[in-house]
Amino acid sequence: MRLERRPSVPWTLAATAPLAAIAAALALAAGLILAAGVNPLAAYAEMLKGALGSRLAVTEMLTRAVPLMLTGLAAAVAFRARLWNIGGEGQFYLGALAVAWVGHSMMSGLPPALGIAVLMVVGMAAGALLLAGPAFLRLRFGVDEVVTTLLLNFIVILFVGLMIEGPLRDPLAFGWPQSVPVDDAFRLPDLIPRTRLHIGLLIALAVAGIVWLILARTVFGTEARAAGFNARAAEFAGVSLPRTIMGVALLSGGLAGLAGGIEVMGVTGGVTTTMSPGFGYAGIVVAMLAALHPAGVVAAAVFVATVFVGADAMSRATGVPSFIADVIVALALLTMLVALLFTSYRVRR
Amino acid sequence: MTTVLHLDSITKRFGALTANDAVTLELKEGEILALLGENGAGKTTLMNILFGHYAADEGRVEVFGQDLPPGRPRAAIEAGVGMVHQHFTLAGNLSVLDNVMLGSEPLLRLRSRRDEGRARLMALSEQFGLPVDPDARVAGLSVGERQRVEILKALYRDARILILDEPTAVLARPEAQRLFEILRGMTGQGLSIIFISHKLNEVMAASDRVAVLRGGRKVAERKTPETSPEELAELMVGRRVTRPRRQAHAVGAPRLVAEDVTVQLDGKPALQDVSFTVHAGEILGIVGVSGNGQAALGALLSGLAEPEAGHLTLEGREIGGLGPRAFIAEGIGRIPEDRHAEGVVGELPVWENSVLERLGAPEFSTRGFVRRAAARDHAAGLIERFDVRGATPETRIRLLSGGNMQKLILGRVLSAGPKVILANQPTRGLDEGAIAAVHAELLAARAEGAAIILISEELEEAVGLSDRLQAIVSGRLSAPVAAEEADPRRLGLMMAGVWEAPEDAA
Amino acid sequence: MTEALDLLFNASLWAAVLRIATPLIFGVLGALLCERAGVLNLGIEGIMTMGAMVGWLSVFLGADLWTGLLIAAGAGALMGLLHALLTVPLGLSQHVSGLGITLFASALAYYLYRLIVTVGESPPTIVPFRPLDIPVLSDIPFLGPVLFSQAAPTYLALLAVAVMAYVLARTPLGLAIRMTGENPHAVEAQGLDPTLIRIGCVMAGSALMALGGAFLTTAAFNSFFPEMVQGRGWICIALVVFASWRPGKALLGALLFAFFDAYQLRLQTVVEGVPYQLFLMAPYVLSIVALILVARRAQVPEALMTPYRKGER
Repeated sequence: MRLERRPSVPWTLAATAPLAAIAAALALAAGLILAAGVNPLAAYAEMLKGALGSRLAVTEMLTRAVPLMLTGLAAAVAFRARLWNIGGEGQFYLGALAVAWVGHSMMSGLPPALGIAVLMVVGMAAGALLLAGPAFLRLRFGVDEVVTTLLLNFIVILFVGLMIEGPLRDPLAFGWPQSVPVDDAFRLPDLIPRTRLHIGLLIALAVAGIVWLILARTVFGTEARAAGFNARAAEFAGVSLPRTIMGVALLSGGLAGLAGGIEVMGVTGGVTTTMSPGFGYAGIVVAMLAALHPAGVVAAAVFVATVFVGADAMSRATGVPSFIADVIVALALLTMLVALLFTSYRVRR
Repeated sequence: MTTVLHLDSITKRFGALTANDAVTLELKEGEILALLGENGAGKTTLMNILFGHYAADEGRVEVFGQDLPPGRPRAAIEAGVGMVHQHFTLAGNLSVLDNVMLGSEPLLRLRSRRDEGRARLMALSEQFGLPVDPDARVAGLSVGERQRVEILKALYRDARILILDEPTAVLARPEAQRLFEILRGMTGQGLSIIFISHKLNEVMAASDRVAVLRGGRKVAERKTPETSPEELAELMVGRRVTRPRRQAHAVGAPRLVAEDVTVQLDGKPALQDVSFTVHAGEILGIVGVSGNGQAALGALLSGLAEPEAGHLTLEGREIGGLGPRAFIAEGIGRIPEDRHAEGVVGELPVWENSVLERLGAPEFSTRGFVRRAAARDHAAGLIERFDVRGATPETRIRLLSGGNMQKLILGRVLSAGPKVILANQPTRGLDEGAIAAVHAELLAARAEGAAIILISEELEEAVGLSDRLQAIVSGRLSAPVAAEEADPRRLGLMMAGVWEAPEDAA
Repeated sequence: MTEALDLLFNASLWAAVLRIATPLIFGVLGALLCERAGVLNLGIEGIMTMGAMVGWLSVFLGADLWTGLLIAAGAGALMGLLHALLTVPLGLSQHVSGLGITLFASALAYYLYRLIVTVGESPPTIVPFRPLDIPVLSDIPFLGPVLFSQAAPTYLALLAVAVMAYVLARTPLGLAIRMTGENPHAVEAQGLDPTLIRIGCVMAGSALMALGGAFLTTAAFNSFFPEMVQGRGWICIALVVFASWRPGKALLGALLFAFFDAYQLRLQTVVEGVPYQLFLMAPYVLSIVALILVARRAQVPEALMTPYRKGER
């Protein structure tokens, strides 16, 4: 039995791959649900109800999807260029912290729209600069960015903890330490009133469109894709690898940092050390489920958000531990990898 | 004489391609059989089936009268078949002894018997005249030394049938002679040998019999003394393909000049004090056996390597080390040595590959956005003008055959109207038809006034195309010699490093 | 200042170094074995978590401590098999597969733990490995408590270093493993199967990683809680580079790292006014620094991360 490259990939096959992967993940996780003594179909029904069953549920799910879209885009952009940015979590937190800090004290008097725009840039800058470090280490010293970005996650979260217990402590918060909150003027308005869903959703969708445009239509995007597929040939063709990799790093880190900033401006107001239930890591899964396509990232983010939000409700209703959500999402990553393989290769005797 | 090997009706298909079509072959004890054919004829596939790297779709293999189980190198080794691969299967970071002993001991043995292994290796080395240092790190060995290790690997495993795949591709003339003497000595000790080659003179000189493969079929077998290079050439190619002939013409002003350039690769000097001049409308051929500095020269002329010393100037302007982007902007067209690794990005479509080098140019981008329609049109034009078959602008470029990919690369270089062209092994791995096409295009560019520097390991190609020739040996260049004065004897001496005192590069 | 230096003469610091080093030693050896055969195993963080949970749970459910370790190693080997199947015969991205395994193994561990164990005010505990006081030797002043009063798995880890160093350097199997990481085609050309060798090494390496995790719950602490691996897996990946893929140097790296970790913990009690987070950051920062220092001269196994496709030459 051999794997043989397909000459071309029919788009129908490419489109069904994520669906097949998700179905396989759900089927495998069903076994674990059975082990909890619960009927998997009933459990999944509860999950769907919990995420999509009411107007409130859908808005909650979409609220959760917004940061996932952005960290998903961050991972997709980086992975396309073979830059293994696993530091989305840290970039998220640093972006959030930067926005809380600058948005708290430095911007009084600015009209809200302008202030929000400035803060978005602040969040992006923080995330971008954070990833620039490991990118530089790779370019200059050949240090693998996988480990450096991963280790930085731990460093950043400790740093955030340090900041919100110290200089950026919110004096008005009781109990759980929280950072000073962003000025009310710069909170993102609600998209749907009396829900948590904020206009960050529109921003995320617009950003997805912009990222697609950059990757597919610009010189930079073409060079980044070429460098990801075959760095040596790209270099031969005159693409500057250092500049391209650094550009990709700034964009990817910026997207993850933006995710943090928008979460602060739209949902939490301030920064805590637990505000991210693994958005950075889940973003990687989102990117893979989307086969690294910006358009797919939006759909994949909705799927992952559905699983996470639905699992909480399912857990309350059936007693299945809510960790099943993490299991499903992780399985989806692995099944998607296999599915992607079969879109590119055929099995031959 | 006993038949030691019998390949019976071997057929192998890869998708739509039939690489071997009912090939039947026999090898007698003590004989040297040459397997001859042009690139893509199926020689290496056939030998890979014999050695077990592939399993045949149809047919069987008999070694010393026993059926050989297909698809397992271990079975072939145990039956007494050894293979010296074209791309050596050696681990550079490990020692010679490590490489030789791998797989020869039971895996679960608690302690490797290295002293015994070393003694056995040295005995074999002495018996067959293949000197090696068992503790040397393979990465530090020369190509010839590495080949000796490959051969000893097979002998260590008691090979009685030895397959050599293009063994002289990487050897200089004297080393190649020596190798064939060693092979003759081996047959005297009872071994039987098959070697794959596409070089007619070698086949005539070193083999007892020749089998010719063409398009996956065996088209002829001859006893070597009963045939001639002309007959073999025609059998190999199947028709009279004549390569285009160079017309002498007047040459223009000097365009690209290198003066005493030294280039380092991986911290070691790869090019030493090399000097050359290429004039407009001229082809300068750099001939040499692989591994003598061609990679460094290619890197220098592609813009990828910076001279440690000396000057590289284009029409008087210093350009050494400016980088590929600058080189492209200066009008230097580059055809790389390895089209898959350097020439194209396999996953991207033909149109993106066609313009990747020139994305900065106004014709292909505005304000950072790619002008897709213009690029697609350009690609369509290249496909038509340069006879690139099996492709549309949207096709993933890795689907193209080697010859068509090379024609596209050539096309994208030539359509930019370059002042200087680097053609680095431009016909490696191509069949005769594609070779003729590439040669025709290079000669046409020469007629248009381009200054072309051709790096080639194929003497016939270099002599046929070049106006002047320089030999590259151990990172140094000989003085240039006009093509009319480059007879085989002179060329042989040049390539062996025997030079007169260098004249001023004219 | 002198108090900070005084700490260095405290035997309990050095005893702690060996204890803290143990899971790192298992982890580095496991990652090293995988990478020597040519496969990067980023599943280490998840596999260590899984090993921690499974080892603890087995003991909680009635097995003795050594059986618990064995079961943990088995669980690790299973996760390793999954990673190996994805990356070797299927040739999928080793980076993404490894990350997927980490996410999956961690999630699965937390899920099963939550399913099987009822957690009250504080997580339930087991009786862990007690330090083995080796007779006579453990009475030697200073060296005794440090070297001869460790928990049994620590001695196992040290033994594993010696065994792996020997096997890699002196046995035919070790040669085959090294060659697979340098040039799998060379391995095939000599009649061996590089695919099987890679799969076997990834399984064995993952078993070692799981043992490192199990040490945390059966010797260092006595209960399991989420996030207890704390990035040790990633640090082990960095340490493999630092150790130039050699077991002896890996031991040194693990000890050095454990020293900084143990020292930092004690420094906190002695140094006033510095936020504790800065101390906690130190190990991660150090790992990055170590990587930078060795990056240039790293002699990486040549075929690391290159998928092996039979017949593709």
